[in-house]
Amino acid sequence: MTTAPFWRRYARLLGPDPATDVKEELAFHLAAKTDELMAQGMSADAARREAERQFGDLREVERVGQRIATRTDRRRRARDYWTDLLQDIRYTFRTLRRDPAFATISILILALAIGANVAVFSVVNTLLLRPLPFPHAEELAWIAPPPTECGWSCATYSADAYEEFRAQSRAYQDVTGYEAFTTPDNFRLTGRGEPEPATGIEVIGNFFNVLGVQPAMGRLFTPDEARGAQPAALLANPYWRRQFGSDPNIVGKAIELNGTLVTVVGVLPDAFDFGAVFSPGAKVDLFVPLSLDVERNWGNIVTLIGRLKPGVTLAQALDDANRVAPNIYFNTRFPQTLGRYKGDLIPVGLKGYVTGKLQRSLVALWLAVGAILLIAGVNLSNLLLARAAARAKEFAVRGALGAGRGRIVRQLLMESLVLSGAGAAFGLMLALALIAWLKQQQSFALPLLSSLRINGQALGWTVLIAGFTAMIFGLLPGLRIASGNLQEVLKDSGAGAGLGRKHERVRAALVVSEIAIACVLLVSAGLLLRSFAKVLEVDLGFQPERAASIKIDYDDSAPTEQASSAKRAEIFQQILGRVGALPGVQAAGMADFLPLGPNREWDTPAPQGKTFAPGELPDPLVYVITPGFVHAMGIGLRGRDFTWADTLASERVVMINQSAARRYWPGEDAVGRILMRGTEPDRVIGVVDDVHEENIEGATGAQIYYPSTQQGPDGAQLVIRSSVPPETLGPSVLRALRELNPRQPAAEFRPIRTIVDHAISPRRFFMLLVAAFAGLGLLLATLGIYGVISYSVTRQTPEIGIRMALGASAGRVQLGVLANTLRLTCAGIGLGTLVAVALGKAIASLLFNTSPWDLPSYLGMVVAILLVAVASGYLPARRASAINPMEALRNN
Amino acid sequence: MDIAKLEFLRGSLDVLILKALVWGPLHGYAITSFIRRQSDDAFLLEEGTLYPALWRLESKGLLAADWGLSENNRRAKFYRLTPEGKRQLRQQVKTWEAYAAAVAKVLAATRLPEPEEIG
Repeated sequence: MTTAPFWRRYARLLGPDPATDVKEELAFHLAAKTDELMAQGMSADAARREAERQFGDLREVERVGQRIATRTDRRRRARDYWTDLLQDIRYTFRTLRRDPAFATISILILALAIGANVAVFSVVNTLLLRPLPFPHAEELAWIAPPPTECGWSCATYSADAYEEFRAQSRAYQDVTGYEAFTTPDNFRLTGRGEPEPATGIEVIGNFFNVLGVQPAMGRLFTPDEARGAQPAALLANPYWRRQFGSDPNIVGKAIELNGTLVTVVGVLPDAFDFGAVFSPGAKVDLFVPLSLDVERNWGNIVTLIGRLKPGVTLAQALDDANRVAPNIYFNTRFPQTLGRYKGDLIPVGLKGYVTGKLQRSLVALWLAVGAILLIAGVNLSNLLLARAAARAKEFAVRGALGAGRGRIVRQLLMESLVLSGAGAAFGLMLALALIAWLKQQQSFALPLLSSLRINGQALGWTVLIAGFTAMIFGLLPGLRIASGNLQEVLKDSGAGAGLGRKHERVRAALVVSEIAIACVLLVSAGLLLRSFAKVLEVDLGFQPERAASIKIDYDDSAPTEQASSAKRAEIFQQILGRVGALPGVQAAGMADFLPLGPNREWDTPAPQGKTFAPGELPDPLVYVITPGFVHAMGIGLRGRDFTWADTLASERVVMINQSAARRYWPGEDAVGRILMRGTEPDRVIGVVDDVHEENIEGATGAQIYYPSTQQGPDGAQLVIRSSVPPETLGPSVLRALRELNPRQPAAEFRPIRTIVDHAISPRRFFMLLVAAFAGLGLLLATLGIYGVISYSVTRQTPEIGIRMALGASAGRVQLGVLANTLRLTCAGIGLGTLVAVALGKAIASLLFNTSPWDLPSYLGMVVAILLVAVASGYLPARRASAINPMEALRNN
Repeated sequence: MDIAKLEFLRGSLDVLILKALVWGPLHGYAITSFIRRQSDDAFLLEEGTLYPALWRLESKGLLAADWGLSENNRRAKFYRLTPEGKRQLRQQVKTWEAYAAAVAKVLAATRLPEPEEIG
């Protein structure tokens, strides 16, 4: 065999052509055969015929040949593709290993951006996208009136109303509820060593059936137990593990709760977290049945939760509720209470009730991490462009050797894919760590945090954003390289090339957009920070510093109200006397409810001798307190405090807050006036400051305080004010309480500050995250600025050399570089400010007492960015001014 | 040509082609000639049937092909053995020899052997 002549190589210039190959091969066979036969003496015609006869069915063979050839060709192309791909990957790893600093920085940037994104996605997914952790959770509805200023009492219903609503509604499979006025540590577990506090929720017997929660062990409540005929309790899983050492035989055992023997009928599954859904940040240990008969005369006590019939919409349920409402009594014993809930039975999706308030914040958070990803992508794009410029020669050579543009772009995309893949892997680890940390954060009162996890959806999201980032930062440099004139690069001696200049323009544009995004993030963070500061400045109406509280156990049971009141007064007086005498304690007092916790209202007092239109009088929130409480809590008071001399035998007295005073006696002094509670007169002896009872950011409503010597309190929280850090007093206070009452459980000694912190924790959570993202964005933008300026100094080395040779001073050169930096930065700030101003309206709803165009936030942003810009421009500037003119010129 | 012979030929064609290429690259026509000559025309095959067999061996990677020039300076496709093809040939030759020996032994038998005792 001789090698084919050179022109044969081009025979297939237009790509492989298997059909022609087959034809040619067979034609050769016939020609050779004919030749041979002719050599044996046949005529040309006869030889040809004989050759064809001996060959057989030429057409058939040809067809088979083409089929096989096509198939082979296809297979080869696929194999080539994979071979190329493997080669690209190998090549990528080789190049990245050659430049470990670049690889490390890129992967770090990507890991931070992707990690933050995946973590936030998990939060958003858990809180917004995923259904609540109940079967058919979309059927669950929260039924409540529109929000009013009288707190929980106006968001709940009476036992009679619950039963009638349940019986008359047609929209629900079943309706349930729980007692909404539970305070932490409301149970005392005894008979197992020291008395231990526990938090229990009273639920209507069918509560778990309606939610669809099956016990992990044992069973749910029986109808008898639900009625309260036999005391029974269900344990939350963590409580069972912690308090009972995961006792596998707990079901059927009796435990002593508040001095009563109660049978444990079951343990709930770990997946059920009452606090996470209904009371963010709270831990609930056990559940006992709510006896509707006992509670019948207590007014509004239960929340309503319904499970809609399949296919029934919330709008239909609302219609149904409006139909039922006029037939419902507040209390069936009082006919005049018929129809009191008109317009106050509004079903909303349980999911919306739990997380609806957070929706805007979460979306904002999502956008913020999205912006981080964008900045990271732009940054990487920038780094790759710089590298691409440095590698222009390499690509030119590869192009000259026959690598197609598509191949080069593919190679660059492969590099970015490998980088973002590695970034995603590290980012995922980061996200796992973040999620694990967040799950532990009891101090953030956010719902569902405990069910956070990285699931399949989050993994999918990771892959998606990693791919997306790779595209945005890989494609641009690839396309720019591929569109460049390769020959120009090869001819060009190095610096000052046209391609370099063009690259620089693109990179400058990228940096400007990066700075702009960082600006928007910084402004948002600044606004949230200002809002948070404003929240901290809010006059709470009480002084949380150096005050702490503990739940008190006492027994005031007595045959008559008078005896009970007297017994209680004696116990309280004893406790306050003893605790008040402890060293460091400045004041002590008790209240049944503390601010920013549960609350309730009783009735509608009216100022004596005045007439008001119906609905004009407020329903004040009610607090039953001891003498000294107002002082211990740091609530400002005008008039006199309650004394132990205010008893059932003396005149009935109350204190009201300023809001109530303004409503009852506008423009007049309320002290000394009479408030009528039905037919009973109460003298107002003091007016206290408005206390933020429900939340810190909202307005305050009317509040009324009764003395514990004249009204029965619902439990007691001891509050002490101290001259030393209150935490240090915990043990001595508990010891004093134990001496008076050995059954006093070791309840938590909570600084009042933590109650406030708990209330503002969602805002703190979002502010911290957005601030962290803004910091990250600023860092990335700084890297971007540094990269571009540094590169332009390198490129301009000869030019700077000439200028310095011609007499430009070092200071002059530095100034030039810094001016360049500032030009980019100012363009970015300008653009970012415009975007931030435009977005102002959208962010306004997340702010508190802060204008979305708050000047200090904007100024802070400008200062921060200018500072880091100057800092990141300074290093290249110094390098520029240190250029030795002779060397720079010689090297060119 | 009767059917039995045709089937037999198809099965053995692959190994004959591989064998033909042991001494170096050949084009299709030369392979036909080699088989015909070596078998004393015993395999009177239609020459066309050779090509599908060649192409299949090529697509399986047992053969590789290049275009070159024939003795008469015509453009022709030359086949050669790949390392995998060589391995396959060695193995098939062994199989064939064992097979042929077994068939020959049976056919050479002169009488029915004694039935073996059943243990």
